[in-house]
Amino acid sequence: MKRRRGSIAWWLVFLLGVLYFFLPLVATLDFSLKAKPPFAAYTSSLQDPKFLGSLLYSLVIAGVTITASLALIVPTAYWVQLRVPRARSLVEFVTLLPFVIPAVVLVFGLIRVYSRPPLPFTHTDIGSSALLVAGYIVLSLPYMYRAVDTGLRSIDIRSLTEAAQSMGAGWLTILWRVILPNLRVALLSGAFLTLAIVLGEFTIANFLARPAFGPYLNLLSQSKAYEPAAVSLISFGLTWLAMIAIAFLGRDTRTRIEIGGAH
Amino acid sequence: MGFLELSHVKKRFGAFVAVEDFELITERGEFVSLLGPSGCGKTTTLRMIAGFEYPDSGSIKVDGKEITNLPPNKRNVGMVFQAYALFPNMTVASNVGFGMRVKKQSKDAITKRVGELLEMIHMPEKADRYPYQLSGGQQQRVALARALAVEPQVLLLDEPLSALDAKIRVALRNEIRAIQRQLGITTVYVTHDQEEALSLSDRVVVMSDGRIEQIGSPSEIYNFPATSFVASFVGTLNLLAARVVDPSAGRLAVEGQEIRAAKPISGARSGEIVSVALRPESISLEEGPEGTNRLRGPVVDVSFLGSIVRLRIRLGDGPTVSLDTFNDPNLTLPPIGEAVTVSFPPEASLVLDQPAAAPGADVAAGD
Amino acid sequence: MTAISERAAPLARPARRFSRSWLGLAPFFLFAIFFIGAPVTYLVLGSFQNNEGQTTLQNYADLATPSIANAFLITIEVSLVTAVVGGIFGFLLAYAVILGGLPRVLRDALMTFSGVASNFAGVPLALAFIFTLGQLGMVTVFLKNFGIDPYASGFTIYSKLGLELVYLYFQFPLMVLIIAPAIDGLRPEWREAAENMGASSRQYWQRVALPILFPTLLGTMILLFGNAFGAQATAYQLTSGLIPLVPLLIGNQIAGDVLHNPGLGYAMAMGMVAIMGISIAIYTLLQRRAERWRR
Repeated sequence: MKRRRGSIAWWLVFLLGVLYFFLPLVATLDFSLKAKPPFAAYTSSLQDPKFLGSLLYSLVIAGVTITASLALIVPTAYWVQLRVPRARSLVEFVTLLPFVIPAVVLVFGLIRVYSRPPLPFTHTDIGSSALLVAGYIVLSLPYMYRAVDTGLRSIDIRSLTEAAQSMGAGWLTILWRVILPNLRVALLSGAFLTLAIVLGEFTIANFLARPAFGPYLNLLSQSKAYEPAAVSLISFGLTWLAMIAIAFLGRDTRTRIEIGGAH
Repeated sequence: MGFLELSHVKKRFGAFVAVEDFELITERGEFVSLLGPSGCGKTTTLRMIAGFEYPDSGSIKVDGKEITNLPPNKRNVGMVFQAYALFPNMTVASNVGFGMRVKKQSKDAITKRVGELLEMIHMPEKADRYPYQLSGGQQQRVALARALAVEPQVLLLDEPLSALDAKIRVALRNEIRAIQRQLGITTVYVTHDQEEALSLSDRVVVMSDGRIEQIGSPSEIYNFPATSFVASFVGTLNLLAARVVDPSAGRLAVEGQEIRAAKPISGARSGEIVSVALRPESISLEEGPEGTNRLRGPVVDVSFLGSIVRLRIRLGDGPTVSLDTFNDPNLTLPPIGEAVTVSFPPEASLVLDQPAAAPGADVAAGD
Repeated sequence: MTAISERAAPLARPARRFSRSWLGLAPFFLFAIFFIGAPVTYLVLGSFQNNEGQTTLQNYADLATPSIANAFLITIEVSLVTAVVGGIFGFLLAYAVILGGLPRVLRDALMTFSGVASNFAGVPLALAFIFTLGQLGMVTVFLKNFGIDPYASGFTIYSKLGLELVYLYFQFPLMVLIIAPAIDGLRPEWREAAENMGASSRQYWQRVALPILFPTLLGTMILLFGNAFGAQATAYQLTSGLIPLVPLLIGNQIAGDVLHNPGLGYAMAMGMVAIMGISIAIYTLLQRRAERWRR
């Protein structure tokens, strides 16, 4: 290989990128350690019941979102590929809508529609949480659908289905016992990406007045000095873990490109 | 003095020796094929001629001019790639005219030359198509025209047909040869397909593990393979282990049945084991006249291959020998299990340089 | 789903009676109607009504009022700047690790970082930049040691420039993620073919590589534009509304009818959807064009 010229320039570009990535993190770490004693910001955050409460709430919401989203999308994508391929473009169009409708617009509409009879979701806690889950399903729709759809394309679902049918399986059994196990990697990457989106999300949770992780951090930043830095780093670490998990899963299959959203 | 000369060319990649001491002198207008299995160094050699790799030592000359260390864009060598490598953002005409545009030739000259070349590859009506609108065979013809557009001194083709269907492969092969003859351009053609190499070339260079095994005309390569590698790689072949009985008389024994080679066996003593190569088509299913070699054994397999029928005979309890006979509808073939006698002239039994790996080895290599 | 009985006739047979097969998609479409269709329809209808409930186009005309038009312009400006700068930098970065001769490990590391960073936004991102470039931020303090005080020359992280710097944090990694496969798709033989015909490295880039990458480059930048345009949380946390961005105005409108005209708020939301829609449409179109070449 002879093409080495310009290599120094490329190293500089790379270093600039590394600086951009890490300076904010280092600065945050630096700031979080300024509290006395050194780890006070972390210990007091971890002991704050609101921290654990909001994190737990977001995790539960993420879990419900992932389950509901899979229950909705897997049968749909399966059915589209197997029985109604002519519906593909319409379904794909719908799954791309969240790219067109920003979270702030979505929650705007959701609040206006579901804060009055006949469907007064926002009048109860459980109703608001349900609306939050619905919002998150919409936000994760493009990623989830693509992950599942690619997963389905990579296995021969028609033959698998026919084989299962010839042995007398009904469609529920086929989905549960045959299709789902073969989609494991695709489903898990979709799930972890959704987890990352839900944990970091602020806009929808804030307007629905939910005690989620994003709004908690926002409130914390208005009242405390060092703790927000600590919690920000923890939040970054959680995103990081989710992404590592996806990269790990994607090792043996073709890695999907995830597009950031929901800022 | 030759037109394209490679002398003592060596190339390593790390510890791997890709090309070891390559020597080749080609005449102007000659069509030479580099033939060998993948990893034998044939593509590396071609890429060194094109300038995509530089040899560690040795020199490459074209028409007396040293080009060993010139960058590829300063050489006047045309290349056709295995996977076409047409620029997807350009039409057929733009692709063909690319080299001339880069060399800042006039618009009129480009248009004229592109027109001629598209005429030559029988695709003048496709000038405004994009590569993705063409079939594989069409794309490769455009790639050929593109490589010829800048009037290179040498044309290089790197397995140009391997991505195509069998039928198109044969048609395009003939077209390439016709165009090459018409232009009289010195050509180096890399392939792993012995049929391609034999049918196209003036000379064939058989390579293995970075070394040249043999250089010769197609008929020399096929009929008089110099090494057992060449013999087994080119064409279908029976390789039999034989015990030398009398080297000076060329007498050998295969599974206890005695045969004779046309020439004395040099460099072997009686009792030693050597390899004997036999082409299936040189063996006939008959006793033959006096003085021919005969082998006897039961038929173990009969397979129809279209124009020919291939039989396998077992010798003793070890090796089998394949023989080809023309598929004549009136031919009566022996049933499986019946013992038959087959014969071949002494000239057909080639004693190879290396001893057989193990007694009783039976090799039917090639396609 | 229960509309289809457990013993539904041959599943894997290409459907002939479409009406029944489509029923299998009912849950999906019902969900979409309830949680995408209904809210958007509500906003659309609302945007064509005045306070008295009469049909009107006035709300759209009112988007031209200076404060709102200005918000659109600023949002477009911020999105455009971060899309172009982030796009170019992301491209260079991806090029550096793929074709720039850097070790392969760096490439894998960059891709993972980019996955994280493009998903790292909102409140924690804004905070991280305040700790970095705020008045007491690490970098600010560091520069002061060298006699450079960004704040003395008018810079603040809470300004438009500050916001753009923050947005870049998720913009260029997104570019890296999307453009990397396209750079990978540049086949080495194209370069070799070009060189073989006498082209220099510059001519190869000018005539072959850049034209091939162009649709993807442009399309991805447009996607980045939409990505920044729809962002709300980061700006909310960072500027507390000091910079009038459209998503922030809509947020204020949700919290309380600050415009004293719900219809105008809905029209603003529709304006946002329209801009996002156009950018996504162009992106899809360009992407399709790039796909066609890449086979």
